[in-house]
Amino acid sequence: MSERRKITIDGNEATSSIAFRVSEVASIYPITPSSPMGEFCDEWAAQGRRNIWGQIPDVVEMQSEAGAAGAVHGSLQAGALTTTFTASQGLLLMIPNMYKIAGELTSYTMHVSARTLATHALSIFGDHSDVMSCRQTGFAMLCSNSVQEAHDMALVAHACTLHARIPFMHFFDGFRTSHEVAKIEEMTDDDIRALIDEAKIAEHRDRAMTPDRPVLRGTAQNPDTFFQAREACNGFYNATPQIVQQMMDRLAKQVGRRYRLFDYVGAPDAEHVVILMGSGAEAVDQTVQRLNENHGYNIGAIKVRLYRPFAVEAFIKTLPKTVKSIAVLDRTKEPGAPAEPLHLDVIAALSETAAAGNLPFEMPTVVGGRYGLSSKEFTPAMIKGVYDNLAADQPKNHFTVGIEDDVTGLSLDYDPDFNIESKDIVKAMFYGLGADGTVGANKNSIKIIAGETDNYGQGYFVYDSKKSGAMTVSHLRFGPRPIRSTYLIRKADFVACHLFEFVNKYDILAGAAEGAVFLLNAPYPKDEVWGHLPRETQQQIIDKKLKFYVIDAYTVAREAGMGARINTIMQTCFFAISGVLPRDEAIEKIKSAIKKTYGRKGDEIVQRNYAAVDAALEHMHEIAVPDSVTSTFDRLPIVPDAAPDFTKKVQGVMLAQKGDLLPVSAFPPDGTWPTATTQWEKRNIAVDVPIWDEQFCIQCNKCALVCPHAAIRAKVYEEDQLGGAPSTFRSSDYKTKEFKGLKFTIQLAPEDCTGCKLCVNVCPGKDKSNPKHKAINMTPRLDILEAEAPNYDFFLSIPPIEREKVERIDVKGSQLFEPLFEYSGACTGCGETPYVKLLSQLFGDRLLIGNATGCSSIYGGNLPTTPYCVDSNGRGPTWSNSLFEDAAEFSFGFRLAIDSHKREAERLLAELGPQVGDDLVSAILTADQYGEANIKAQRERVVALAQKLAGINDPRAARLALLADYLVRKSVWALGGDGWAYDIGYGGLDHVLAQDRDFNILVMDTEVYSNTGGQASKATPIGAAAKFASSGKATGKKDLGLMAMNYRHVYVASVAMGAKDLQTVQAFQEADSYPGPSLIIAYSHCIAHGYDLSNGLNQQKLAVDCGIWPLYRYDPRRVDNGVPPLKMDSPTEPKARVSEYMRNETRFRMVEKLDPKRFAALAESAQTFTTQRVSVYEQLAKVTVPSGNGNGKED
Amino acid sequence: MDLSTQYLGFDLPHPFMPGASPYAYELDTIKQLEDAGASAIVMHSLFEEQIVREEMATMQSLEAPAESFAEALSYFPETDTFRLGPDEYIEHLAKVKQAVSVPVIGSLNGTTLGGWLKYAQLIAEAGADALELNIYQLATDAQISGEQIEKTTVEIVAAVKEKVNLPVAVKLSPFYSSLANFAGHLDSIAVDALVLFNRFYQPDIDVQALEVRRELKLSDPSELLLRLRWLAILSGNEHQYALAVSGGVHSGLDAVKAVMTGADAVQIVSAVLRKGAGELTRIRTETEQWLEDNEYESLQQMKGSMDLSRSPDASAYERANYVQILQSWDGLAD
Repeated sequence: MSERRKITIDGNEATSSIAFRVSEVASIYPITPSSPMGEFCDEWAAQGRRNIWGQIPDVVEMQSEAGAAGAVHGSLQAGALTTTFTASQGLLLMIPNMYKIAGELTSYTMHVSARTLATHALSIFGDHSDVMSCRQTGFAMLCSNSVQEAHDMALVAHACTLHARIPFMHFFDGFRTSHEVAKIEEMTDDDIRALIDEAKIAEHRDRAMTPDRPVLRGTAQNPDTFFQAREACNGFYNATPQIVQQMMDRLAKQVGRRYRLFDYVGAPDAEHVVILMGSGAEAVDQTVQRLNENHGYNIGAIKVRLYRPFAVEAFIKTLPKTVKSIAVLDRTKEPGAPAEPLHLDVIAALSETAAAGNLPFEMPTVVGGRYGLSSKEFTPAMIKGVYDNLAADQPKNHFTVGIEDDVTGLSLDYDPDFNIESKDIVKAMFYGLGADGTVGANKNSIKIIAGETDNYGQGYFVYDSKKSGAMTVSHLRFGPRPIRSTYLIRKADFVACHLFEFVNKYDILAGAAEGAVFLLNAPYPKDEVWGHLPRETQQQIIDKKLKFYVIDAYTVAREAGMGARINTIMQTCFFAISGVLPRDEAIEKIKSAIKKTYGRKGDEIVQRNYAAVDAALEHMHEIAVPDSVTSTFDRLPIVPDAAPDFTKKVQGVMLAQKGDLLPVSAFPPDGTWPTATTQWEKRNIAVDVPIWDEQFCIQCNKCALVCPHAAIRAKVYEEDQLGGAPSTFRSSDYKTKEFKGLKFTIQLAPEDCTGCKLCVNVCPGKDKSNPKHKAINMTPRLDILEAEAPNYDFFLSIPPIEREKVERIDVKGSQLFEPLFEYSGACTGCGETPYVKLLSQLFGDRLLIGNATGCSSIYGGNLPTTPYCVDSNGRGPTWSNSLFEDAAEFSFGFRLAIDSHKREAERLLAELGPQVGDDLVSAILTADQYGEANIKAQRERVVALAQKLAGINDPRAARLALLADYLVRKSVWALGGDGWAYDIGYGGLDHVLAQDRDFNILVMDTEVYSNTGGQASKATPIGAAAKFASSGKATGKKDLGLMAMNYRHVYVASVAMGAKDLQTVQAFQEADSYPGPSLIIAYSHCIAHGYDLSNGLNQQKLAVDCGIWPLYRYDPRRVDNGVPPLKMDSPTEPKARVSEYMRNETRFRMVEKLDPKRFAALAESAQTFTTQRVSVYEQLAKVTVPSGNGNGKED
Repeated sequence: MDLSTQYLGFDLPHPFMPGASPYAYELDTIKQLEDAGASAIVMHSLFEEQIVREEMATMQSLEAPAESFAEALSYFPETDTFRLGPDEYIEHLAKVKQAVSVPVIGSLNGTTLGGWLKYAQLIAEAGADALELNIYQLATDAQISGEQIEKTTVEIVAAVKEKVNLPVAVKLSPFYSSLANFAGHLDSIAVDALVLFNRFYQPDIDVQALEVRRELKLSDPSELLLRLRWLAILSGNEHQYALAVSGGVHSGLDAVKAVMTGADAVQIVSAVLRKGAGELTRIRTETEQWLEDNEYESLQQMKGSMDLSRSPDASAYERANYVQILQSWDGLAD
């Protein structure tokens, strides 16, 4: 038998490692936090790795989890050993098939990284609300609590289902287990074979549908038989617990790790027992041990492993006979239920056993509580609070722990300072910038320490809600035993801060233990660093007696040719001063890890990393800490004083990384959240920012149009507005006829710019004698901040031009409208957000957005602060996210409601005509509401109406007053990415397009699932490497636009702002004005394409020039004018080869590097596909059709 | 007609071969060149700068967005087999070597001494029969003298020659203040051939957009004249190296002129890129025909006949042309 390896991996990989080796088919769909499980399987299959039978499993990505479940069901029915991986809403989409699979007694295992279900808000983090929604499906449910257990239980589940014929859901906590990196013992193929019974596989095959032995399944049954037939499966459920225990025993025999259906830990004679499942059980286990040993407690806990079928007898046997009181902890919330699910199960088990006279002890007191929703921390301090509650005379029932519930008073009090971490565990925290590679280096460090020494290691990583300038916090533990602390570090022996600005923003040292080591990356000479620290930080360093080291890592990185990648430098410093490994040995291991990571990718990268490692130690210095604080300034306030109360009291706390402290009363109970809050979060993340030079500006406003973060703005205004302007405020005469005599300014929001350079690259204004100087130029932020921050404030104080005065709404005109989408957390250089911002400028004051889940819902609605904002009248986009799959239907629902309100308002208005006045009524009812002036006039009429209604004593007037605003035309938009529009949401999107309603869809097409990390969608073009298409997608991009045109009554536009910005602006307006369904497909460059996005607009142009992204507008209104409804807006003769476009992007180029021949073939296919597609459009653009209504609607 | 020649130690049936160009990117087109009778294949250049830039840029695009956002810890599939660096070139060269029976000459442009040596060795290991060092370097740094540049180049070439046991050609630009002297230095370290000349990408200017436009302009016969002059001069001087002409040969007559001024090998790029591999055949046939028409016995017979040492009017190569024209006026003394 081959020797078992100790490997350092996360829970997802530990699970996939088993699932891959015992499956023949995996049908999957990406969803956080389970996506990596499917991705591992896909990568391994692509690399030719094999299952235990020597076969390469077939890994297939479907269009949704519902689709994945359907394919799983079919594959199982046809006899293949099949698996899938999912979570949260994805799991919900699988439920219909889960009933079928269970009802048909099918051997099957699925793996779930348990995640919160979206309710009042979406959360990507972990709890059991998703898996608890499946407890009625008939699946067996097996829970694992740690990375090692995920590995072990995955195998137990796969092995058991073959015997039990009941399908298994193996689950573990999303993020806490799925993403925790830990050292585990890997099972060999022989270990797996020892548990998988070939005879049972033969039986599974024998049950398969085959025309050679035909059977029929999926019948429809009637009242006479369904009930009895449904009861026929009972025996299988009765037998399952024993099968699971036997399999656990076989596992123990094979690998030495013993599990039971319910595992008891703690004192054999405990009186107080906590029952729970999932990663929290590890923290409970650890805490019980410590409280019993050191604090005189007499307590125990039960870890539930097999949750369904719930083995009552085994459960009762597991409880100590001395038990007096029990707390059942559920990591889910079931509002309105008498208790949460596990709590109810425990009560049922105890009371039924007692009723049958079989309870071997007095009926204990049973209370239940909720903990850990959405990965809320669950710490030893909270656990002690739970036990202390149990010991009380009247333990609180239906409690919560870990939060402060000051509304319904359910939360338990506990001592937050209670800490049980052992001294022999090294605890280190790292504050990094997402792009600097901190997390990657830390994962690497764990592998070095845990992989190459006898130490165990654990890593858990806390990420930001923003996609640009994101902060990451890494929590690393190392020690001589497996680490079961399933909570964040609270007292670290080592704290590293990889970005100096964090010291001014956050309480970085709150988690530093006394005497800890503090390593700071500071862009100052060593003798000056102390003087740059705020007062609080100096005080903490002195009070906690920290050993303080500094390094100017950015300089070291730059000199080593590593740009801003400081990861290996900081990693070297960590090893040098933390003492976890001898220094030389550590450096040698870092270098060998570098070689291993990059060796095959290129020698230059290896050499530069080596140089960075070698230079690191020379540049690190210990700072002699003075005895007293010398600083004269404090940490910056997180939110300025001018912010609204809610922002200061709630969002400000969240921004300071202290959201855990907010009580229940701080929050609206229904998830409603104010808009316009990003303005209060000044992120200051750009190194260089663009500054306007009015001398060379041609006033095209392209810079403002393309800015992804609305950090460059244009304004025209009367000269007298300049009174009181700061002396450095720039202004010039506006050069357009329609605004003669007005002034013009392009102004930067210096604290909100992310430094993407798109504005500079698009700027056509140049100094004729020095053309490299443009009308907008990158400048170090720190050089201009002092002047530009007040300039921007002044700029904002100038009222925007009245909308109706902008006569030509082209690129230039559109940018005179206020952006009502600003400073989002989107990636630096994002290709989507300029479209969203344009939408907000054109229609923001009457805009409803239903947003599909994805990047646009994250930068659109991820807390703490959100970017949709309001104009000076308080109007602005109203925004919501329903689900990933239903944004079209959801937004369509907006239209239904608005039409209903409008119809009703019109009816009431007509009825109230005599009281209101016929002229006003007629004016309102017949108003032309196209164009800003007309909208304004209608708004004024509605104001007049409201005044009239106030004076009319008629219940109909009161009813009309509530609806009158709907007499002003609204613009309804569904927003989302290609994953939604082409794949999971296509059915709904197609259906609403088929309706005859005024409704718009904006698809921001990045040609890949961007938000979940680059999985292929049906929008992915030929030749692009994406997850699940790692060798380059072989089939062509789905032509969504052409499919929509087939309806003939749908307005369709394909746009690419970087290629033809005017056409984009026109398409948006045409879509809004078209009274039926409209679809805009917008090319959106993305970090998932793999190039410097400052070139994004050029690449868009190349995409259009080579034909791979044709521009067109299909407007059914043109039919009546006797012209072809389709108009091409890009040349049909290509100006470049598709391969030229492809070679600029890593997504294509990596295919060429992988397999040049395949790339050549794919590039050729892409060229042919493009030529053919353009040819079809070219011909369609010549087709006129007879006018008249072909859709059955009234003209 | 005997067109045989010797170049880089190979006895070649004739001097016509493709110069370094994108035509060598694909095996198919290389086979076309061989079928068209190429006496050797000069590969396109491996550019160290490009390799390094792509390595760093690709790693940046893969790694910078990674491990930042909880839902997307990476944006690209992980593939062990995805390699940056010179492998693509090296593997291609090995395949070319397998596919053709004529000598294969690898071509390299380095930026660091380490790079020159490392990649030269890789090219040698991949089976190249000879190496052409493409000294493609613009002297833009005002702090570095011409002497220093020449010295560094000679050192690099010497180091490469020491490292790899292959014949080495050096492809030069015409921009040296004393090319003959420099060529002498290269001769002293036993360089096997000089290739005259490489052609820099010559940027054009868009006067409306105020932008520099990079484009590759193919050569025309007018560019041959510069090469003829320097072939004649270098061929006429004492030397051990062979000479190749590269740039401006578009017809048999052009080739004849190049050989007469001393070329041992004739590299053809622009004609092939414009009209295909068949151009090699055409130019060879035209040359052969010309030799026959003019009753030459062999190519060898005319090789170097018009170089500095043998040309009846050698001073024409050494003087600027306008002096020559002025000289032709009556009544003006020399």
